[in-house]
Amino acid sequence: MSIFDEKPQDPHQFVMGNQAIARGALEAGVQYAAGYPGTPSSEIIESLSEAAAHGMNIHAEWSTNEKVAAEGAAAAAFAGLRSLVAMKNAGLSVALDFLTHLSYTGLGERGGAMIVVACDDPNAHSSGDETDSRWLAQFASAPLVEASSVQEARDVTAWAFDLSQEFKCFILLRGYTRLSHASSTIRMGELPEFNRKASSDSSQSINPYLGMPHHAAVLEKLEAIRDRFELSPFNTYEGPENPELIIVCEGSGRPCAEEALDTLQLRDRVGILKLGTLWPLPRKFVRKHLQKTHSVLFAEEVDPFVETQVREMLADEPIGGLELFGKRSRHIPAPGEITPDRVIRALSTIFNIEYEPRDMKYRGMLSQLPSGLIVSRGLTWCPGCPHRASFWALGKAIKADGRDGYVTGDIGCYTLDVFPEGKEQMNILHAMGSGTGLAAGFGQLGQFGYTQPVVNICGDSTFYHAAIPALINAVYNQSNMVLVLLDNSATAMTGFQSHPGTGFNALGTPTQRIDAEKLCKSLGCEVTVSDPFDMRGTIKTIRGILKREGVRVLILRRSCEIVRMKKEKVKPYSMRIDEQRCRGGECTVCSSELRCPALFQDEETGKSRIKEDACCGCGVCAQICPFKSIVREEIAS
Amino acid sequence: MSLQMDPLNLIICGVGGQGNILLSRMIGRMLIGKGYLVNIGETFGAAQRGGSVFSSLRVSRKNNYGPLIPEGNGHFILSLEPLEALRMLSIYGNPEVLTVFNTQPVYPVGVLAKRFSYPDSESLQAAIRRLSHKCWSLNATEIAMKLNSPIVANIVMLGALAACEAIPIGMEDVKAEVKASLPGNKSDLNLQALEMGYNSIQ
Repeated sequence: MSIFDEKPQDPHQFVMGNQAIARGALEAGVQYAAGYPGTPSSEIIESLSEAAAHGMNIHAEWSTNEKVAAEGAAAAAFAGLRSLVAMKNAGLSVALDFLTHLSYTGLGERGGAMIVVACDDPNAHSSGDETDSRWLAQFASAPLVEASSVQEARDVTAWAFDLSQEFKCFILLRGYTRLSHASSTIRMGELPEFNRKASSDSSQSINPYLGMPHHAAVLEKLEAIRDRFELSPFNTYEGPENPELIIVCEGSGRPCAEEALDTLQLRDRVGILKLGTLWPLPRKFVRKHLQKTHSVLFAEEVDPFVETQVREMLADEPIGGLELFGKRSRHIPAPGEITPDRVIRALSTIFNIEYEPRDMKYRGMLSQLPSGLIVSRGLTWCPGCPHRASFWALGKAIKADGRDGYVTGDIGCYTLDVFPEGKEQMNILHAMGSGTGLAAGFGQLGQFGYTQPVVNICGDSTFYHAAIPALINAVYNQSNMVLVLLDNSATAMTGFQSHPGTGFNALGTPTQRIDAEKLCKSLGCEVTVSDPFDMRGTIKTIRGILKREGVRVLILRRSCEIVRMKKEKVKPYSMRIDEQRCRGGECTVCSSELRCPALFQDEETGKSRIKEDACCGCGVCAQICPFKSIVREEIAS
Repeated sequence: MSLQMDPLNLIICGVGGQGNILLSRMIGRMLIGKGYLVNIGETFGAAQRGGSVFSSLRVSRKNNYGPLIPEGNGHFILSLEPLEALRMLSIYGNPEVLTVFNTQPVYPVGVLAKRFSYPDSESLQAAIRRLSHKCWSLNATEIAMKLNSPIVANIVMLGALAACEAIPIGMEDVKAEVKASLPGNKSDLNLQALEMGYNSIQ
């Protein structure tokens, strides 16, 4: 499968939603693509980077953070190119300072275009929150579009570039997990020549000052865009001429609504009004259809965004006797993603239809399952992950230090520490880079009687993304903290993307490596480097660092095991249990405290056992066994 | 070949790292090759770190369905791990559902941490059988270990899938798919894994 085919022999390709967005951008002639990895958005820039590595005349990059990515993409648009920037919902907040100003200036006069793709994660499957990005379109005065199928992801993206060029403003395209990570067969078009030339007009000044006239112009432009949205092919009505109810939906709500109508056999009684252009709301289009009915169900996820727009419209110009169901009426639960079941339940309540997903007997069998049979499966670090060793050492060192050390956390694989079966070392955790800023703050509280040592755990990609300004702040304002930089040479959580510390760019080409050690030293921090797999040494090192004052950096350097294994293809050690020495159930330190998925208690022998199909041979367990019963033997490479 | 159900709802599940996504893609491609419309839904990211993972496949002759399967509407479950098979049955199961599962448990980290214990094999497998209209099982991990290659357990399961004849995919299809999507010097190993999986199903 290739989404790079210029004139595909078979225009039908089976692709993921994110690849469809990338293909739509390619068909629109995108020449600059930037982003920061974040689930569920990462495959968009990955795909466009592949296209660039393939030899297409495109610049693609993993930027240090989303704001820088957006600025780079905007520069390309100002210079007359078509650009795309992609990020997850949390990243949009990082980019927002720039984007709110960008909507005031527009994209200049050189015919450029820019799409901002923000992928939400309703239900927070892989995120700290399920923040609804759609409000930020309104906040940043940006037109908002959305796709409701993988095919539409390609179509809407390509279409949005023309809209952006025509109105000289960036367009916000909202993605979401059930689109980004759905795969389906799409029909592709042909690729254009990627031959736009870039240049700037130095006789002009593009800036949002003085703000007021710019704001007035933006508001006028948004009304013109609303008029355009009234005619958009991505807004559709399907259903009877005089439906008893209309489901208003967008994005994932559309397939859920269709599923619900089929399940309850309501196709001839209920219509589906699907919106692809969400803001500014195409009021005339929505109004025209809502006049056909007397009931409306809003089938949307996370926040009642469309519902709020429609209610506002109806407040301005009421439609008599219209009953509204949705999040406000609690027919759709307030938080969480939209599902077929949610729409089915809402409709069965409204239409008073009895619905059970399965028969009584089967339900009875399910309820008779003994409790404790379906146990939860918590997330954990992979076997061989250096984070497991790092947290072990940190925990031991803080305990030995005895001053109730306080640990601030950050975002990455190491965040799994706060999950139910993590090591529970992180005391506080928020957004990318926030652990460093919080540590800098806690480290200032000495004059108020704060005596606990403050430690921030931060990954390498996160360090470059947002921790550096906080670290500079800590040094500048003479805070008292330790930054433990978990340097595993990858943006591991999102799929091992490159970052400034890896020495490779998004295309896999070698580039200048930003050396965190030298950087921290140049800031005046005390810097120590340790190998987390040297557990005794690392515990000793951390204890020493905790005793000292000032801003101290400890780099725990060890490659992500998945990255290492891809490169080296062999285990460093072969591991075995010496059953004579192992105390089994009396001890269980290796399984119950280290919690490596490659170790378990064998019920038959009553001893610890290595799970051969999982063990990576990292040798960490051999160092923590109190009875020296885990033996590691070097494998000659 | 027509589908008994349209859409046919398949669930491919297991534990992060077992090769669940590759498996669902391969099954998707085979069905597309037979002219079906297929939509696969997945969540991954944090979920792959030892957590429960599953892909949903909507297969149809007529329509492109959304990725989410309504509760109680699974038709066929292929699970790389027994507990995950039961977890999916408890959400998507119904009296008609067919299940094929790998009997080798993967202990959740909560079991290692001694927060709770893993259900005993007998009651777990009995529950899966009771909740399935028809059910096949094999120890795909053990078979893969015999082949000295634990990562081929998912390919063993693909062979088992072909033997079940529960969905329109046969042994020739899986052989061709394995050759096409896993090229290289391991094709003999993969074909052997397929055969052993196939032969484990009675």
